[in-house]
Amino acid sequence: MKKYRIDSSKGIEFGLYSLGDHILNPLTGSRISAQQRIQELVEVSQLAEQAGIDVFGVGESHQKYFASQAHTVILGAIAQATEKIKITSSATVLSVLDPVRVYEDFSTIDLLSDGRAEIVAGRGSRVGAYQLLGVDLQDYEDIFEEKLELLKLINEEERITWQGNYRAPLQNAEILPQPKDGFLPIWRAVGGPPASAIKAGHMGIPMMLTTLGGPAMNFKHSVDAYRQAAENNGFDAQSLPIGTTSLFYVADSNNEALQGMYPHINSGFQAIRGAGYPKQQFAQTTDYRDALMVGSKELIIEKLLYQHELYGMQRFMAQIDFGGVPFDKLMKNIEMIGNDIIPAIKKHTREKGE
Amino acid sequence: MRIVILSGSIVGTKTKTAMLKTEEIFLQKYPEHDVQLLDLADYQIEYSDGRNYIDYEGDTKYVTETIMKADALIIGTPIFQASIPATLKNIFDLLPIHAFRDKVASIVVTAGTAKHYLMAEQQLKPILSYMKAQIVPTYVFIEEQDFLRKEISNDDIIFRLDRLAEDTVTTFEAYEAIRIKKDEAYGF
Repeated sequence: MKKYRIDSSKGIEFGLYSLGDHILNPLTGSRISAQQRIQELVEVSQLAEQAGIDVFGVGESHQKYFASQAHTVILGAIAQATEKIKITSSATVLSVLDPVRVYEDFSTIDLLSDGRAEIVAGRGSRVGAYQLLGVDLQDYEDIFEEKLELLKLINEEERITWQGNYRAPLQNAEILPQPKDGFLPIWRAVGGPPASAIKAGHMGIPMMLTTLGGPAMNFKHSVDAYRQAAENNGFDAQSLPIGTTSLFYVADSNNEALQGMYPHINSGFQAIRGAGYPKQQFAQTTDYRDALMVGSKELIIEKLLYQHELYGMQRFMAQIDFGGVPFDKLMKNIEMIGNDIIPAIKKHTREKGE
Repeated sequence: MRIVILSGSIVGTKTKTAMLKTEEIFLQKYPEHDVQLLDLADYQIEYSDGRNYIDYEGDTKYVTETIMKADALIIGTPIFQASIPATLKNIFDLLPIHAFRDKVASIVVTAGTAKHYLMAEQQLKPILSYMKAQIVPTYVFIEEQDFLRKEISNDDIIFRLDRLAEDTVTTFEAYEAIRIKKDEAYGF
């Protein structure tokens, strides 16, 4: 775990992340400017750091309703604005980028931030990046596998000699600058079902698993399949970190949380997926066994500890700004995370004797 | 209430004729509702490639978005090779998995003979159920012999289409009332 800058003796890490979505606030019917949205991301990262949150992530999507296309630039600004919080992508759509360039960018962020940068590399669940940057969706599977393997190789070797189908070959290439400790934590972004988790395990790369909703138990198959695939391929599964992610909203009571979150989740899904979030399904999130992180602080703590028992993950990443949640509500969420949730979950998830 | 009448084939005349008649009945009985006929023959629609329907352009985007905005959908289909035509299946493939949640779907089938009269039960209804539609149980099955020169000549068919229109609206109103009552109970 040390290799990935994770200290399990301190308990589970808690992070915040944003997709950088830029959607109108359904309660006011208006949308802040892209400039304000981007500046608020930087400001939220500072508040997160002050609240004792461990990680802050920004992702990229290249289409309507998003503002963080240049997520590495925003992460660079966050590196300057903060001092100790870890900085990650959430996620980098590696398939449309050059792994060499991605590594250069994140190594630079790592140096700027004194060793706090990480990459979560994914395929993307929207087509905008592929269309805009000219990558053929026909190659969706192969291109990602190839590029992630190259990124991992760059992270592990000093000189790279490599040949593939989707990028020019590399001959004894040195990728510079190198990150602070010569190594970056690089995670594979994984959707719910086991197929992608198995690929991550097979590659021996840390897994960031989305658990957006539904029974938490359902995602255990992916966690087990990941560890099994890692072991089968000669990796020590216990040395590979797992992170989980979910939409998140905490308030003083369950009802207040449901009322506060529903308009945002519903209109957010409507905007980016073309179908809202069914109320019946949303109502079930007040059960601790449901993965969606919406509720009172007591419920959130119960959910996280239950999930930690199920998955044994090292990190949880909360998406608190989806669907135009305004800044004042974000501040309230961060305050409750820092004051109540983090102390409780860390206390109960500390690994002794490490 | 938004009612979309879908003519699911791009060839032939029977389904189109039946759906024009269905439109006429709806317009006459329910002038207060928003009724729109979508004849797939009028549009150039791409094959589904797995992306979200809102990410398509042109006719594909227009037709899928129109369907997604509907409260009720009257699906007209011929029978090709013992099944629905590829053009109609493509519409389902273009839409999200739960596209018909909170929507009512009704069915009108046209066919040369009665040979495949269970096609709607065995093939179309399972798709609509999977996509979460509230299905009007009875459908109207129209054979070649019920048509005469692009008109429906069998009065029984006219009566049955009339009842289908009523059942569609009543079913929607009933489910809408249930949905509103449930939503109110959630308190968010």
